[in-house]
Amino acid sequence: MQAYLKLDHIDKIFTRGNASTEVLKDINLTIEKGEYVSIIGHSGCGKSTLLNIVAGLTGATNGGVLLENREVNSPGPDRAVVFQNHSLLPWLTVYENVKLGVDKVFARTKSRAERDAWVMHNLSLVQMAHAKDKRPSEISGGMKQRVGIARALAMEPKVLLLDEPFGALDALTRAHLQDSVMALHQKLGNTILMITHDVDEAVLLSDRIVMMTNGPSARIGEVLEVPLARPRKRLELATNPGYLKCRQRVLEFLYERHSFVEAA
Amino acid sequence: MSMPAMNTEVSAVVIPPAAAAAPVVIMTPKRTPRAETYARMAKETAARVVPPLIVIALLLVVWELICRRAGSSLPPPSKVFTDTRELILNPFFDHGGIDKGLFWHLSASLQRVAYGYSLAAIAGIALGTLVGQSVWAMRGLDPLFQVLRTIPPLAWLPLSLAAFRDGQPSAIFVIFITSVWPIIINTAVGIRNIPQDYRNVAAVVQLNPLEFFTKIMIPAAAPYMFTGLRIGIGLSWLAIVAAEMLIGGVGIGFFIWDAWNSSHISEIILALFYVGIIGFVLDRLIAALGKIVTRGTAAN
Repeated sequence: MQAYLKLDHIDKIFTRGNASTEVLKDINLTIEKGEYVSIIGHSGCGKSTLLNIVAGLTGATNGGVLLENREVNSPGPDRAVVFQNHSLLPWLTVYENVKLGVDKVFARTKSRAERDAWVMHNLSLVQMAHAKDKRPSEISGGMKQRVGIARALAMEPKVLLLDEPFGALDALTRAHLQDSVMALHQKLGNTILMITHDVDEAVLLSDRIVMMTNGPSARIGEVLEVPLARPRKRLELATNPGYLKCRQRVLEFLYERHSFVEAA
Repeated sequence: MSMPAMNTEVSAVVIPPAAAAAPVVIMTPKRTPRAETYARMAKETAARVVPPLIVIALLLVVWELICRRAGSSLPPPSKVFTDTRELILNPFFDHGGIDKGLFWHLSASLQRVAYGYSLAAIAGIALGTLVGQSVWAMRGLDPLFQVLRTIPPLAWLPLSLAAFRDGQPSAIFVIFITSVWPIIINTAVGIRNIPQDYRNVAAVVQLNPLEFFTKIMIPAAAPYMFTGLRIGIGLSWLAIVAAEMLIGGVGIGFFIWDAWNSSHISEIILALFYVGIIGFVLDRLIAALGKIVTRGTAAN
């Protein structure tokens, strides 16, 4: 198996003064091209830290990240991030927010007209082309996150990193957006690494679910393959035995073997 | 599976125009709503304008009653008006030297403020960005700023006179040194408060330092910068009047001092009135500019 993205023996230790906390301990994970992998764990287990290490926003204390067999340790558009709170720049319009990345990534390879078309193409992928001249404050939370996804997609990343992308949305909007992401993954075949704390979301979207133990010194506790055929349909899966079995496995891991410790 | 998502998107798009069109449909057949709108606007304006007018009228009456007695040390408003009638009606005369209309005095003062304040805005934003962005610059410079900013504006004047040996640059320097501190400090706070999210976005997109400065830092910190700029313009207008009293020449500050020396109390009162109005207008100008520039940021 050729590893596309490889997380190689990653440790992360945060040091403040004399006190140091080991957040992540010996994380090993390989992800194939086109795979959709979710990382699930209780809050405070370091899963966001892990995503930031892959994104290059935080450095690993030991170990490293290999993308197509090359080490990556600084942020870049090849690992575009969809942030939990959308992180759109409020002074730019929807169009300009997406254009910011496009202009940098395709400065040499695309003409001005091509870049414009590419921005609009990505906005229409997430059904946001109609709001291109609106500012982030004028659109709903779900729409903001759609634009966030368009911004990341438009950079043509090798790996798309989703940091709890649906966490701040209400249940109905979240379902719509999950369906959209699933459809995009089906259509574009991106490699996706997603952080989540929602069991249903993880099972519905992922090819594999990486379950993390509680911190400090969080490790990968278990990796679960989700053997469900794509395209997946939310309503049909609700009664699918395979889906229920996966869900059961994750729930058992999270709530029986590694239940959340309040003190942590 | 993506179909339901698309359907709701489409219907969500259709609703706003329909809602926006609704009032237009009602408005076209009848003309009355327009008159109603005017009436309501007039009412709202009156609600803002009438109370201060009443208060001003009352104050004038009280002032008149107190000061019209014989032997009063200050003139009543009626006397102020008759005394300064010439100055009010003809602000543009120029008899050479410092015997000029009030327009020339005010414009000389405003010019000094414009120079000093522009320099302060440029230096303040530059230094504030440095202090906000670099921990070491902050550690080195912040204590210095905190001490220097407490020095009263006029205390700088003798030193700057000694350095520049001329009134004009000294006055401009006093304006600069008075208004630069709030601009530096507020800009630094604004830069330091740029959310980590925006920095992360810039890092992922790989903006270079110059792009980061123009595309992220300036817009993100603009509300803070304008707070500083607004405090700065107020302080510089405060300082110029005081500084001009000491350096002399043409300027509203020296006009007041000169009026005092000639015992023209009415002229002092008129000048104070103008100083107040112009200070108010300057403050509002910067506030309005800030509102335009920070439109996007403030809305969030």
